[in-house]
Amino acid sequence: MGYEVEVQRDGAFETEEMTLNMGPQHPSTHGVLRFVVKADGEVMREATPDIGYLHRSIEKIAEKVGYHGFMPYTDRVDYVAAMLCNQGWGMVCEKLAGIEVPRRGEFCRVIAAEFNRIASHLLSVGSMGMDIGAYTPFTHALREREMINDLLEQVCGARLTFNYMRIGGCAWDLPPHFKAKALEYLDHFEPIIDEYNALISFNKIYVERLANVAVIPADMAIDYNLVGPNLRGAGVKYDVRRDEPYSVYPDLEFDVPVGTGEMGTVGDSFDRYMVRMREMKECCKIIRQCFAKMEPGPVIAKVPRNFKPPVGDAYIRLESARGDMGWYCVSDGTAFPHRVKVRTGSFAAMAAIEEVSRGLMLADLVTLIASLDLVAPEIDR
Amino acid sequence: MSLMNTMPEMALTTTIDDVLNWTRKSSVWYMIFGLACCAIEMMHTGGPRADMERFGAAPRATPRVSDLLIVSGTLTLKMALRTKVLYDQMPEPKYVVSMGSCANCGGLFQLAYSVCDGVDRVIPVDVYVPGCPPRPEALTEGLLKLQEKISQERWLVRKAPDAAHA
Amino acid sequence: MPSARLTSADIVRHLRDRFGERIGAFDDAGKDPSVVVAPTAVREVCRHLKDDPALAFDALGNLSGVDFPKEGVIRVVYHLYSYRHRHAVVLKVNADRDAPVVESVCDVWRAANWLEREVFDLLGVDFEGHPDLRRLLMPEDWPGHPLRKDFVEPEEYHGIRTSRESLLK
Repeated sequence: MGYEVEVQRDGAFETEEMTLNMGPQHPSTHGVLRFVVKADGEVMREATPDIGYLHRSIEKIAEKVGYHGFMPYTDRVDYVAAMLCNQGWGMVCEKLAGIEVPRRGEFCRVIAAEFNRIASHLLSVGSMGMDIGAYTPFTHALREREMINDLLEQVCGARLTFNYMRIGGCAWDLPPHFKAKALEYLDHFEPIIDEYNALISFNKIYVERLANVAVIPADMAIDYNLVGPNLRGAGVKYDVRRDEPYSVYPDLEFDVPVGTGEMGTVGDSFDRYMVRMREMKECCKIIRQCFAKMEPGPVIAKVPRNFKPPVGDAYIRLESARGDMGWYCVSDGTAFPHRVKVRTGSFAAMAAIEEVSRGLMLADLVTLIASLDLVAPEIDR
Repeated sequence: MSLMNTMPEMALTTTIDDVLNWTRKSSVWYMIFGLACCAIEMMHTGGPRADMERFGAAPRATPRVSDLLIVSGTLTLKMALRTKVLYDQMPEPKYVVSMGSCANCGGLFQLAYSVCDGVDRVIPVDVYVPGCPPRPEALTEGLLKLQEKISQERWLVRKAPDAAHA
Repeated sequence: MPSARLTSADIVRHLRDRFGERIGAFDDAGKDPSVVVAPTAVREVCRHLKDDPALAFDALGNLSGVDFPKEGVIRVVYHLYSYRHRHAVVLKVNADRDAPVVESVCDVWRAANWLEREVFDLLGVDFEGHPDLRRLLMPEDWPGHPLRKDFVEPEEYHGIRTSRESLLK
């Protein structure tokens, strides 16, 4: 929904367009992003994004460190959902070389990935609350996230940049009592989502800030290549885990929540927010099924230390916390990749902001950025 | 006429200095300068478990009201120029904590073409906190070290000519 | 129109019927089948791939540039996807490395805008017809195109040295 404002030149009230600068340092947890905002009072004409403040040349570094050495760098591509990036790099190397991951390794990957997805969504909804002005949900989200960090620390030793997976599977098997602790956490966590909904999701003020704000219809979402919860919030029922399945997802049953415009229009910020809340419940379902179906066995395939995949290229897609993440790798037969390219969900979402922001209020720009769940490292790499 | 560093070292003046330092170190307000992965750990350090606010460190949005700049994350060359601008906007006395390997020395991104290898290339640093990313406990220790450093500063008492500035 | 998934071979056959010479070799041997398209035919081919109801490639999944100094080309790789029919195709466009020019597909998919800007920034490919071709990730005054294989890092940038001596010496 936009606002039309006329610029009056004659008469008592003269208005003029201002150019404001938002960022790159601003009190938002989304990272170093900069917007040059042309505003007429409170209404924006457009907000032009300026990126590159976190461009760490990860793709060029891949050509210097080799296939195995690149795994820690993939954590930094999206540090909020690092397990999923690890999985992406593992998958593209396995596709290039034709390696099959053992079944237990796939289950370990999925468990780690789904826990990380919950953690990422928690941070997203928490910081969204904080951006809108509600500081308490952020601390609730961090409390739950700390418990997931503890669980994942037992698995791989790190709290944020895990480096848990390797080409061909996972580095280590799950520790002995992990299953009991994980299931105990899930029993604790699932009612918390309802507590969250009671706390803010259906709070009148929160709904007023989110409903009908920054509507992105389905055709625009597809044209801009928005993915993940941004696309599902626009009403398109598509999930890479369901529609182009990989790993052990064909054996798992879960729902794909879609935005229905329950509080406003389909594709508004509330839909994108609610899709993430509901996805967290689905992640819990997936983890329980994984624990039920896992069998003992190896977790990693035999991959030579001097890993030289055949000449060629491969492209895989996986459902990261921010949507369909595409990993493209070109190999020239040596132990160093010729080119690695990561196409992330936040990159496309950032590109779409320029068009969606026309006619929005300044405060709604913050809502738009938060509801698209942008993280700077995914955009800049 | 300023009283700074003019008094002789007596029990009264050193006690006043200590009281001043105690009040200052107990309310070090830091600017939210979260660049990359360390920013998430900085948020966790301010979060419910490793609460940094119990030491008086409250997060502030703008450099004009903050005492401390926690550089958390990788500093790219594009961002380094802006970092200098932000540091200059902070009023004296100000401190800088370099959090994480990337801010200390470039970290694992030293191979990159676009990364500034360490924030001490652009601004002076007081405390370096190692880690990738440092745990909340590590950042808390960095803050406590900074508090130690603050408590050794001298405001009233005349400094000896060759004394190393704290 | 009911969803009908086509294989890459079908899609390439369809394109060859329509565009003839401008569709190059179809590589079926690799992990992802791909087809080569001439740089001056990209926009037309992509427009047709999007508009034709049987193909309906409504999403530009990925656009990457790859530098091949030995072959003397910069290859731009398009990964297209159709949400309606759930099929995918890979296009490869080879541009001459000394003066790489490829037609822009910004008016076909709006997602191409930033993806092409990134390839211009990091590899120096000129996208003809792009509304706003300027640097995206690197600073405006950065010399050179970093992802090229012969890129040499500058010694310093605005007075900041870009390399660090080892602290062990």
